[in-house]
Parts: sequence; structure tokens; C-alpha cells
Amino acid sequence: MFGSMSYLKQKRIIIFTFLLIPVALLLLFTYYPASKLVYFSFTSWDGYSPEKPWVGLDNYREVFLNPDIFGVFAHNFAYFIMGLVQNVIAIYFAVILNTRLRGKNVFRLLLFLPYIMNGVAVAFMFGYVFDTTQGSLNLFLNSIGLTHLSETSWLGTKGLVNYALASTGLWRFMGYNMVIYIASLQAIPSDIYEASKIDGANAWQTFWRITLPNMKPVIQLNLFLTVTGALEVFDLPFVLTKGGPAGASQTYVQRVVETAFAYNNYGLASAMSIILLFFVIFVVGAQQFVLSRGGSSK
Amino acid sequence: MIQTKTIANTLKYMTLLIGVFVVLFPPYVVIVNSFKADEEFNTGSTMALPESFFNFDNFKAVFERGGLINGFANTLTIICITLVFNILFGTMVAYVLGRFDFRLKKAIFALYLFATVIPGITTQVATFGIIKSLGLYNTMGAPIVLYIGADVIQIILYLQFIRNIPVDLDENAMVEGASLLRIYRSIIFPLLTPATSTLIILKSISIYNDMYTPYLYMPKQALGVVTTVLMRFQSLNLANWNLISAAILLILLPTVILYFFLQKYIFEGVASGAVK
Repeated sequence: MFGSMSYLKQKRIIIFTFLLIPVALLLLFTYYPASKLVYFSFTSWDGYSPEKPWVGLDNYREVFLNPDIFGVFAHNFAYFIMGLVQNVIAIYFAVILNTRLRGKNVFRLLLFLPYIMNGVAVAFMFGYVFDTTQGSLNLFLNSIGLTHLSETSWLGTKGLVNYALASTGLWRFMGYNMVIYIASLQAIPSDIYEASKIDGANAWQTFWRITLPNMKPVIQLNLFLTVTGALEVFDLPFVLTKGGPAGASQTYVQRVVETAFAYNNYGLASAMSIILLFFVIFVVGAQQFVLSRGGSSK
Repeated sequence: MIQTKTIANTLKYMTLLIGVFVVLFPPYVVIVNSFKADEEFNTGSTMALPESFFNFDNFKAVFERGGLINGFANTLTIICITLVFNILFGTMVAYVLGRFDFRLKKAIFALYLFATVIPGITTQVATFGIIKSLGLYNTMGAPIVLYIGADVIQIILYLQFIRNIPVDLDENAMVEGASLLRIYRSIIFPLLTPATSTLIILKSISIYNDMYTPYLYMPKQALGVVTTVLMRFQSLNLANWNLISAAILLILLPTVILYFFLQKYIFEGVASGAVK
């Protein structure tokens, strides 16, 4: 029956039926919550009362003026710093694994391994690594003679805990960046390298003048992913430290979840979410701008 | 010249070995301790090898007390149902957006693209109310519907792939009188298989590893998935690291095994940049 209709008619039916449910789901679970979030953010709703008292911009003022809330971003900063280190290490391994090297596939396989591991299992695994008295890190430091370091409480010291957690993130995601960098290196035409060899360039010059400039768009992409990733950190500190000691490792998203679900302050939590959303959109917008400007090299 | 090359290669291997050591050190500690009995664990060094690699008592205890089988079953159910709908909806949307011109096409395309920018975790506060009012709270429907509806990465992946399927194929089939539904079913869908296999692998891993969706939306104990089961087990056995190590290992194994067999597809999927 369907086959006997004109193609124009078929086309209309297909467009409508194929898009109906997926687009409805998209609107219901992405755009509808986002618009509700905007509305909640102007109220002091507690999450269950029928009335949602309008408070204007009070929630936004609270987020920006209360250093206790906005200051939480300082904890996310550690993840940004470690993310930068992660990218440098990933570029290094990608470059050496892109040369002729025996066993490079085995190294790539092992260095990427943490990425596919279950995040909660990884978090608990590192809880064990970082443990002060029984932890394997301190035992290891002790066995190589760094005894004064081996009594460190990695997850219990205020200035250290975020970097300890962020280094777990580095451990888990370095291989992911590395695989993307390897793919971008393989896309560089080999005749450029041959030409530079004929011109007598050494390995260092080749890296700075050819490899790095050709990787630029991918490096930018990964750096933006690092920024948005650092803004959105949640599960690692949530599972491993519950934000402790004394809130020192609480990240912004954790704070949002707590404000909404533990303190029933949905209005404030919504404003916090909207602000995070704007940060992420701003970062992605900047990324599009930077990438399209350098688009000719891509 | 040859000498500098040897030095360079030695340096490369040294750094690679350090990298591999750092990667394997935490799993090593988990593996050796998961085979240790309580007393052996309490008296010996954490880094020492176990007396026997055939002491499976900890694993048995995890299965008996941890509800792990239930967790695996729930996770598998969620993954299977989600994937069926993801593949179906993903290919359907890609077919319509990739092949036809119509009035709202640009707008719908933009909606999907912009949705990739909105981090799901930020809208959680509002999504929670929607899930509750749909009566899906504390059912498997909650994560399933969120993985299908709020994650749009499969649509982007299929759209990238459908561009490489020549439109000539559609046109030839139309000359022979095939209906559009038949073209979708017999040409587009089968030719999107490489994208589908990438999607199956990466989406399975990401659902398997997701913690906050099941944690927020399915706190009921009977609905534990691997991540929430592990969290519950850990909080009940805080000091027994040998038991927790066994649980960690059991949860890590499935994806690690999958990874060793399907590494080629996983690298391709990641390198295509379609999936975060």
C-alpha cells in the first residue's frame, strides 16, 4: 500500500513518522528541562511545594556573591591543571608511538586501558592506592626511600586532595587523548616529513615546525574538552571522598546536586546549573570561534 | 649518529615503561589482594603476591552478599533495550535529515547539534521532576528513557556516516520502484552497520560505567546496576579491602575483556571523535 503512493507523499509520511518520537524525546528530556531550569532559577522552590515563589535575580546574586558557593570552582581548578598535564603527556606518547617502534601496539593498548574501566571501580581502586597507612602509593614511596613523603594523607589534606583526585582523572583519560592525537598524527602526509629530512631538519625541528602545527586543531579541541570536563567533574570526588575533608574536595556539580536534593533548595540549585550551562556554552562557543578562524589549516 | 639513535630509543622505551607501570600499578594491587584471606591480608604487605591464586573465597562472598548477579542482569537489560531504540531512532533520524529537504530540517538539525553542548548533568535538577511525574522514578524506565532521549551522540555519529553512502543507491532503487521505507530498511540501515557497531561498543561501555543516572533515579536496592551495587558493597565492607578488591575486579573484567577483543573498533570509534 505504502509503496504505491507517490514519492512525495511517501516522503512526507516518512519525515513525519521517523522524526516524531525522537524529536519528542529530545524536546522532553533536553529542552523542556532546560527551560524549566530557567524558570526555577527565578524562584525559591523547595522541590515539593505546589507554590514556587518568584524571587527575581536573588538566586543568581547569591551564587556570585556568596564566596562559599562560587569559591567551589577553585576545587575544579585542580582538574584543569591536571588536564593540561594530561594533554602534554598524551601528545608525548602519541608522538613516540607514531614512530617506528617495536611493540608500539602493545603500549597503545595498555596506555588506553584505564579509559574503558568502570569509573566507580577506578575510584575505589585509587581509594586503596591513596590510603595513608595501607595505601600502595605510600608503601611504594617508602620502599624507594622517600620515607618522609610516605606518611602523606593524600585524600585527607586540604591542599592535596583535589590534585590527588585529579591525578586519578589523568590516569583514566590520558589514553583517550593519546588515541585522538595518534589519529591526527597519522593524518599528516608523510611527504612533508620526507621533504624536511632532505632539508636536513633534526627531530626536534621536525616536531616544532611540522608535527605540532599540524596537530593544532586537535590540540585545541582536546583543550576545550579539558576545560568543560574540569567544570563538570562529579563522580570521582562524589564516590571517593564525598567532598571531604570538610568540603575541601567538593566540586561545583556536587554542590548543585547537594543544594537540590539534600537541602531542597531547587531555586538556588537551578541558578547554579544555569550559570554552569552558560560557562560551558561560552567555552564551546569560544572553541567554535577559534577553530573556524584556524579552519584553513584543518 | 647511531649512538644518539640508541639513546633516543632507550629513552622512549624507558618513558613508555614508566607509563605502563603507572597504568598497571593500581590494578596489580587490586588483583593480588582479591585473592588474599582476611588474616593473610591483615598481616602481609599490600603489595605482596597472595599465597595462592586459587583462593576464590572473596569472589564467592561478593557474589553471595553483593547482589552482583542482579546488578549485572539489570545493567545488561538496560543496555540491550537502550541500544535497540538508539539504533532504530538514530538511523531513522539520520535517514530523514541526511536524505530529504524539508522546511524544518535546519531547525531540527540545530536542535540536535545544540543538545550536544548542554551537559546532561546540569539539567538534572529539572529532569528529576519530569521523570517523577512520568512515574518512572525507581524503575528501569528512568535510565533507559534518559539514555535514549537525552543522549544525542548516536544521531551525530549516524549523520557523519550517512554522508558517505552514495545517493545513487537510493535513486537506482527508486527507478526500480522501491518504496522509501524499503530503501531505509534494505539499503540505508545495512550500510550504516559500521556506525552501528561503533555505537554498540561505545554506548555499552558508557552505560556500564555511568554512575549518577542510576544513583539518582533508581535508589531501590533490587534495581542496583553494577556501579550502584559496587558502591553499596563498598559502604558495607569499608575495612575489608580484600573483599572490595574482589568486587572491583569482577566489575572491571567484562569491559576489559571486551576491550582486548574489540580494540580495533574502540580505537576507531574514539578517533572518529564522535563520542566523548
